[in-house]
Amino acid sequence: MTPARDLGKIRALIARHKRWDMIFGLCGLLALMIGVLTFSALFLDMALDGLPRLGWDFITSFPSRKAGQAGILSAWVGSALVMLVTAFFAVPLGVASGVYLEEYARKNWITDIIEINITNLAGVPSIVYGLLALGLFVYQFDFGQSVLSAGLTLALLILPVVIVATREAIRSIPQAIREGSYACGATQWQTVRYHILPYSSAGILTGIIIGMARAIGETAPVITIGALTFIAFLPPAPVQSTPPFLNFEWLFAGFTVMPIQMFNWTSRPEAAFLVNAAAAGFVLVAMTLAMNGAAIWLRYRLRRNIKW
Amino acid sequence: MSAPDKLMNTELMQEREAALAPKAEVQGLDFYYGEFRALKGISMTVYEKQVTALIGPSGCGKSTFLRCFNRMHDLYPGNRYDGRIVLHPDNTDLLASAVDPIEVRMRIGMVFQKPNPFPKSIFENVAYGLRVRGETSRRGIEEKVEQALEDAALFDEVKDRLHQPAYNLSGGQQQRLCIARALATDPELLLFDEPTSALDPIATSSIEELIHDLKKQVTILIVTHNMQQAARVSDCTAYMYLGELIEFGVTDELFIKPKMKQTEDYITGRFG
Amino acid sequence: MSAVPGAASPMLDAAAAGARLKRRRSRVLRERAIEAVLFLAALVSVFTTIGIVYILVKESVVFFQEVPLWDFLTDTQWTPLFTDAHYGIMVLLSGTLTSSAVALAIAIPLGTIIAIYLSEFAPFSVREIAKPFLELLGGVPTIVYGYFALLFVTPLLQMIYPGLPGFNLLSAGIVMGIMIIPYVSSISEDAMRAVPMNLREGSYAMGATRFQTAIKVVVPAAISGIASAYILGISRAVGETMILAVAAGQQPNLTFNPLEPAATITAFIVQVALGDLPHGSIGYQTIFAAGLTLMLFTLACNVGGHLLRKRFREVY
Repeated sequence: MTPARDLGKIRALIARHKRWDMIFGLCGLLALMIGVLTFSALFLDMALDGLPRLGWDFITSFPSRKAGQAGILSAWVGSALVMLVTAFFAVPLGVASGVYLEEYARKNWITDIIEINITNLAGVPSIVYGLLALGLFVYQFDFGQSVLSAGLTLALLILPVVIVATREAIRSIPQAIREGSYACGATQWQTVRYHILPYSSAGILTGIIIGMARAIGETAPVITIGALTFIAFLPPAPVQSTPPFLNFEWLFAGFTVMPIQMFNWTSRPEAAFLVNAAAAGFVLVAMTLAMNGAAIWLRYRLRRNIKW
Repeated sequence: MSAPDKLMNTELMQEREAALAPKAEVQGLDFYYGEFRALKGISMTVYEKQVTALIGPSGCGKSTFLRCFNRMHDLYPGNRYDGRIVLHPDNTDLLASAVDPIEVRMRIGMVFQKPNPFPKSIFENVAYGLRVRGETSRRGIEEKVEQALEDAALFDEVKDRLHQPAYNLSGGQQQRLCIARALATDPELLLFDEPTSALDPIATSSIEELIHDLKKQVTILIVTHNMQQAARVSDCTAYMYLGELIEFGVTDELFIKPKMKQTEDYITGRFG
Repeated sequence: MSAVPGAASPMLDAAAAGARLKRRRSRVLRERAIEAVLFLAALVSVFTTIGIVYILVKESVVFFQEVPLWDFLTDTQWTPLFTDAHYGIMVLLSGTLTSSAVALAIAIPLGTIIAIYLSEFAPFSVREIAKPFLELLGGVPTIVYGYFALLFVTPLLQMIYPGLPGFNLLSAGIVMGIMIIPYVSSISEDAMRAVPMNLREGSYAMGATRFQTAIKVVVPAAISGIASAYILGISRAVGETMILAVAAGQQPNLTFNPLEPAATITAFIVQVALGDLPHGSIGYQTIFAAGLTLMLFTLACNVGGHLLRKRFREVY
C-alpha cells in the first residue's frame, strides 16, 4: 500500500467526478427554471392580455355576443353552485371511506379490491368520468344536464384525492393515541370521533382544498355531460324569503362554469373574445392558486406544529 | 483536554509504541452538531495494522467519533469539526476544509451497523468502489472482486451466484459482503460501526474472526457496545464517556487493571 | 365485561348487570351500524368503477352492432358525423399517441432530473420553495394551459418554424409535457426520498460523489416508484383533453407528425359533446366507443405499471 503515491491521481479523479456533480446541479436548476419560466410566461401573458378587461362589469355581466360587454356572472355562479354540490358529496364520502380503510377495514379481499380500485380511479382520465356521468346521471337517472349532474361527476372525480389525503392524515397519528383512548374505555367510534378525526382534520382539510381546486378547474367532464356554453340567466336562488326558505330547483337548472366559459371564448376567432378568455383565465388561475396556496400553507403549519 | 501521553504511560504501551507506527493521530478533536458539542478534546493514536476498539455507554459519542474519520458528518448541514486527525504516512489532516471528504473516503473504508448492500448483484456490490474510482478493466475488476470476497471469507459461499441480488444473502453474509465491498478498494484504514449489533451470535463470531484476520492487511477502528467483543478482537481500546476520551490503552491492560475509576465501573458492569 | 365480583347485594347486582347488558347491546349495535355506513361509503368508489365499465360497455355494445370491430380497428378514416361514415379509431389514436409522445419526451427527462435534483442535490431552502411551486404548476387548470399553448407557445414556435399551422400537436404536446412534469417529479422524488439513508451513506463511504450515489444507488433503489411516476405521466398524457381540444385542432388526421393538426380521442369526445347529438344515435355512441378505447389504454398502463412494480419492488 503506497497511498501517498497515487494521491495525485485520486485528486484528479475526484475533480473529474465532481465536475459531473456540478453539471448535474446546473441541469437540475435549469429544469426547475423551465418550470418557473413557463409559469411566469403563462401568468404574465394572461395578466397582460386580460387585466384591462377585468373589472366589476366583467364579474357582474352575463356573456354576450359583443365581446366588450360580456362577463362571467353566470359562469362563476355556476361554478360556485357546482362546487357546493361537489363538496356536499365528496367530503363526507371521502372522509368516511378514508376512516373505514384506515381504522375499520379488515385485511381481506374486499379491502384489497377497494384499495386497488381507488389507486386505479386516480389514474382514470377525467373525460371518462364525463362519459360515466353522461350515461348514468344525465340519462339513466334523468338528472339532465344540470348542476346536480356536474356536481356529482366532479365529486366522484375528486373522491380519490380526498380519500388518499384522509388516509395519510390518519396514518400519521401514532398508535399510542388510539391505545390511550381504548384504555379509557372508549369504543372504536368514540376513538374516531374524539381523537382520530380532530387530530387529522387539518390534513384532511388540505386534501379537500386540493381536490376542490382541481374540481373547479376541470373542464372536460363538465363539457361531456353537456353543460351549455352560452347562458344568460342565473339558476334559481337556493335561498328564498318565503317558507320553506330553501329552494332546490337550482340543482336541476342548466348552467355553465368558469373553465367552460373560458373554453368558449378561446375557441372564438375574434381577438376581442380572446381578451375575455385571458381575463376569465386570470380569474380561474387566481382562484386555483389561492386554494392550492392555502392548502400548502396549511400543510406547512401542520408540519411545524406536530408534537408527537 | 486529555493528553494522549498521560493515558499511555504504561510500560506495555510504550513497548508497543516503539514497535508500531502510528496510522492516524487525533489531536484535540471537538465536534459539534449545531450548538451541541458532541466530542470534547479527544486525542489519541490509531496504530498501523492494529485493531483499535472504541467502547462506552450509548450516547457517549463513539459512533460520532468514528464518523469523523471518513467525514461522514459532512453529509448533513450544521455539523462542525475542530482539531485535527492526521493520517500517516503523508500527514494529511483529514478534517482540513481544503481536503475533499471524497478523497478521505477513498482512502478510508467503512462498515455500518446494519448491513447495507446496494440493490445490485453480489458482484456489482463489491465492484462498486472500483467503478466509483473509474476502474474500467473487466479483468482487473473481476480479480479484485474475487480477492475481496475471499478476504471477507465469503467467496466460497457465493461463487456460484455472484450475479444474483445481494438481498438474497443472510444478514451475516450481507455484512461480510459490505466488508468485501470496503476491502475491494484497498483502504488504508477500515472503520467498523458496531458491525455485529444486527446479527445473531454465530454470524457475530464469524465477523469477529474475520476482523482478527484482517488486521494483517489493514488498520482497523471498531466501535462496539459489547465489551467482550472489544476484549476479543482489539489490540488497543479507548473508553469514552459523554463525548470525552476517558482512558486509552492496550486492551489487555485496560480490561484487567484500568487506571481510571470510571473505566473500571463501566467494565465491571457497575454502570452503563 | 362481566359484573364486578364481590358486589354487595346479589339482587342489585343482577339488576345492574341487566342494565349494563342492555347498554352494551345498544352500544355494539351502534358501533356496527356506524361501521356499516363507513363501509358503504368506501364501496362508492368500487361502484364508480363498475358504473364506468357498465356505461362504456353498454353503449359500446350498441355501437359495435352497427360498426364491425374489425373496421373500427383497421379503417383509416374517422368521419362518424358524415353521411359516408367511417369509424377508424387509428386516426384518433395517432393524434393521441403523437401528442403523448411529445409530452412524455419533455416530462419524463425533466421530471426525473428535477426529482433527482430535489432529492439528492438541492439545499433545504431550494427544496422548500421548489416543491410547493411545482405543486402550484400542477394545479393550474388545463384549459388555461390550452389557452397558453394556442396563444403563446404556437406563435413562439412559428417564429422558429414559420410553416407551423395555428393548430398543431407539437405546441399542445410541449405544454402538456410541462403540465405533467410535477406529477412525474413529485412521485419520483417521494420514491427517492424513501430510500433509506444508510444506503446513501454506504455509497458515500466508498468515496462516491453525489451524482454517482444518485445514479448508481438511489435511482436503482427507487426504480419501482419512479416507474409508477412514469406510468401516471403516461395516463395523464393519454387522457388529457382540454389542451388538445384547444390547441391541436379538432380535425381527425391520421398522422404521426407533431407539426400537423390532429384530433385526439379526447378532443373528439369534447367536440361531439359540444354539438347537439340526440341521445341514442350512433354519433352519441361513438364517444363511448372512443372512451372505452381510452379506458382500456390507461388500464393497460396501470396493469403494466403494477406488474413492473411487482417485478422491481424495493427490498432495501
